[in-house]
Amino acid sequence: MGQKKTLGLFDLSSMTVLTLITLIFIFPFYWVVTGSFKTDLQSQQLPPIWWPTQPTLGSYVALFKNPVLAWFGNSFMISLVTMALVCIVSSMAGYVLAKKRFHGKAIVFTMLVSAMALPKQVVLVPLVQLVGSLGFKDTLWAVILPAVGWPFGVFLMKQFSETLPGELLEAAKIDGCTEMDTFVRIVLPIVKPGVAALAIFTFISSWNDYFLQLIMLTSRNKLTLQLGIATMQAEFSSNYGQLMAGATIAAIPIVLIFLLFQKSFTQGITMGAVKG
Amino acid sequence: MEIASRTNEATRSRSRHRRAIDKRETIVSYLFMLPAILFFAFFVIYPILTGIFTSFFSYSIDEFKFIGLQNYFNLFIDEFFVKSLRNTVFLVLAAVPIIVLFSLFVSVVIYQKNSFVRSLFRGIFYLPVVTGTVSVVVVWKWIFDPLSGVLNFVLMKAGAIETEIMWLADKRYAIWAIIMVLVTTSVGQPIVLYIASLGNLDQSNIEAAEIDGANSWQVFRHIKWPGIMPTTLYVVVITTINTFQCFSLIQLLTSGGPNYNTSTIMFLVYDTAFRYFKFGYANSMGVVLAIVIGIFSLAQFKFFSNNVEY
Repeated sequence: MGQKKTLGLFDLSSMTVLTLITLIFIFPFYWVVTGSFKTDLQSQQLPPIWWPTQPTLGSYVALFKNPVLAWFGNSFMISLVTMALVCIVSSMAGYVLAKKRFHGKAIVFTMLVSAMALPKQVVLVPLVQLVGSLGFKDTLWAVILPAVGWPFGVFLMKQFSETLPGELLEAAKIDGCTEMDTFVRIVLPIVKPGVAALAIFTFISSWNDYFLQLIMLTSRNKLTLQLGIATMQAEFSSNYGQLMAGATIAAIPIVLIFLLFQKSFTQGITMGAVKG
Repeated sequence: MEIASRTNEATRSRSRHRRAIDKRETIVSYLFMLPAILFFAFFVIYPILTGIFTSFFSYSIDEFKFIGLQNYFNLFIDEFFVKSLRNTVFLVLAAVPIIVLFSLFVSVVIYQKNSFVRSLFRGIFYLPVVTGTVSVVVVWKWIFDPLSGVLNFVLMKAGAIETEIMWLADKRYAIWAIIMVLVTTSVGQPIVLYIASLGNLDQSNIEAAEIDGANSWQVFRHIKWPGIMPTTLYVVVITTINTFQCFSLIQLLTSGGPNYNTSTIMFLVYDTAFRYFKFGYANSMGVVLAIVIGIFSLAQFKFFSNNVEY
């Protein structure tokens, strides 16, 4: 009996501690969104104005003097195209790596996995030069293509494809399905939850991939939201209102996507690591 | 009919030679992998090889000369590199244990709660990751601002400090300020993984131990902890690799300052390549970092796999 009681007490106190800690995690998001409706002066005032009592759209008006729509479009296109390519490329490769026996399979797989542990900095300079010599410098492709090369998606889809029932694939073959038919009509419908998880995961991470965007994009109209805000912050660090308006526009769509698809998303990052 | 019987025969003969690898299967497999392999070869393998190759050259905008290991020798007498290496290792040694222990604590507390509470907490701890480094940093820069920031304001009101602290410009505090932000933006994924892993544990073992009178610490130490060891290994390795590559936070919060006291190797590679245009030298730093990460990962793997019981 006494034991149950201490357990309850531990639970109660740790839940209280946790709830307090969550404030630190919620605060940046809360502050960015509410701050975007304050004036520059209000957002720097002390004691802080915790809630915008006189909301204004002034920061947004000022923000849109920058090519924010273009930045938004760029972020969106980069994330969307990266997502589509990663899903296609990874589901095809993941399927054969999980289900087919072929020469060199172990070598291919080992190379893919060990590359994931490599720091991206080793490839930093060569990547920029490669993209330049392909004629993609300062275009959206410069950010999209290297992201598709990263083998995480292949690894994830291999994990998902392991669950495909071998008899079903065998039956499809006997019924005279071509390999492509089997993939499109039998494999894809079964691994669809995996593809969905990978899609959301890829969309969110390319939206937020500040590093790749920073080294690849330079001209003002080619920037992404992340890069645009960072540039504004470096240029005029005291325009808090504008920065927060920008940060809000950058964060809201992605937070919404996350909230809508939280289940698939968590499934996605779990799949790669935890054996069921 | 005839075709059908022939395919049947082919299938039968294939199942008879199950162990042998079919040539046609190999060709089909590589065709399916072709897009992935092309992207991988072009945008990962090729840059890695050129990166290693050019690290043996004095390579800038107007020069490309073979100098052997000279770049590597220079690294270790370069005070900025040594400083950055030290900062990077410090960041890893300080932040990784905090991230792993904190995620574990959070997960143990919430994994048995109902699914609403679980999703809520999981979502909240993931929020900074989703919000994106750039947006999160906008807020933290204000929090740490010596004059208009809320941190100094609160501390002074509470009487904890008497003069403003330059959180990001004072070398005693800057690295800790970065660790603080790094932790809040890094625990999301480990928590998701730990919750899944704890949820997958065999509940009957835990109940049996509880009936036998084990207290909750004993249950954790002898059943849950060994059970989630593979996840811990994964979390530790991934968090270490990510922390070694810490860049965005540094670039956005301090730009490596004051006087390179928060510079990481990753930041220095960027700085060397794109501000000083010393490409070969930058690549040699990248190679050294890759080796350091390799050694760390291997050591962790060795250490933790000894404790993993499958």
